[in-house]
Amino acid sequence: MCTIFFLFYFVFQSTLNMTSSDYLNDIKEIKNLMNKSSRFISLSGLSGIMAGIYALIGAWFARQEIGKVYGLKRGTAYVSSNEITIKLLAIAAIVIILAVVTGIILTQRKARKNGEQIFDKTAIKLLINFLIPLATGGILALIILQKGFIGLIAPITLIFYGLACVNASKFTLGHVKFLGFANIILGLVATQYVGYGLYFWAIGFGVFHIIYGGLMYVLVERTTK
Amino acid sequence: MSIITNINKAFDHRIRLGIMSILMVNEFADFKMLKELLSITDGNLASHAKALEKVEYIKVEKQFIGRKPNTRYSATQLGKLAFKKHIEALEQLIKKSES
Repeated sequence: MCTIFFLFYFVFQSTLNMTSSDYLNDIKEIKNLMNKSSRFISLSGLSGIMAGIYALIGAWFARQEIGKVYGLKRGTAYVSSNEITIKLLAIAAIVIILAVVTGIILTQRKARKNGEQIFDKTAIKLLINFLIPLATGGILALIILQKGFIGLIAPITLIFYGLACVNASKFTLGHVKFLGFANIILGLVATQYVGYGLYFWAIGFGVFHIIYGGLMYVLVERTTK
Repeated sequence: MSIITNINKAFDHRIRLGIMSILMVNEFADFKMLKELLSITDGNLASHAKALEKVEYIKVEKQFIGRKPNTRYSATQLGKLAFKKHIEALEQLIKKSES
């Protein structure tokens, strides 16, 4: 009688344990599906590092150009001539194009490894939500350039880039928002130091990208391998 | 009251649970998207979707995009509520078995 009872107890126990670990698996599966279906998770950390490096190189070239006109010793510059503005815009455009192209190539590589398509629904959602604040900021920066408040361009671009990152974070790896917060704060601080815009740019787009990309590469990509 | 009272029979299958999870965080999902995310066959997905439709947890809309027929799914209020309850029940079960 007793043996039967224990046998029964044992069977009951083991089925209960089995189902609870099954339920745990269920929850893992649910989380995985929710993320995979609504967030684009193949962003490459390496592309962040590369973007940062391009930004720093671009800033160096920009510094040289400004130096040619105003002398390197001044340290700061209120850039005003048209010719140099165009040169600086050209440098910025090259940096952006290089960063975007590298980003797309590296992300594509990672997406293929994850068995995701680069332009699926989640990627498009991410892109749209990233571009709304970014495009707004870009247009505003051009208007500010037009009105002649050149000193505010660096803060404005940093702030709006930060907002774009925060907005995009809901559609990709959530911690992109910390990169966003850092850039927003940096941009607000930069408004108080007009004339040092280039240095703030170098920190925000260069150093922050390298730090964030590096952390992401080490923490996320290496552990998931 | 048994602790498994709130475990919902309608979600007692990996695929049905999967369909519901996806529809909780996406306004809509079409047949192809569900199929790819869950990596299952057409027939399999259709039958499980039907089961969820029957209890009115999901809504099915058939339409044409150009000439191609397109079936898209969305979760109903009832379905969302049931899913939440189910998850809470799962949590309870896991907590109980851990303590």
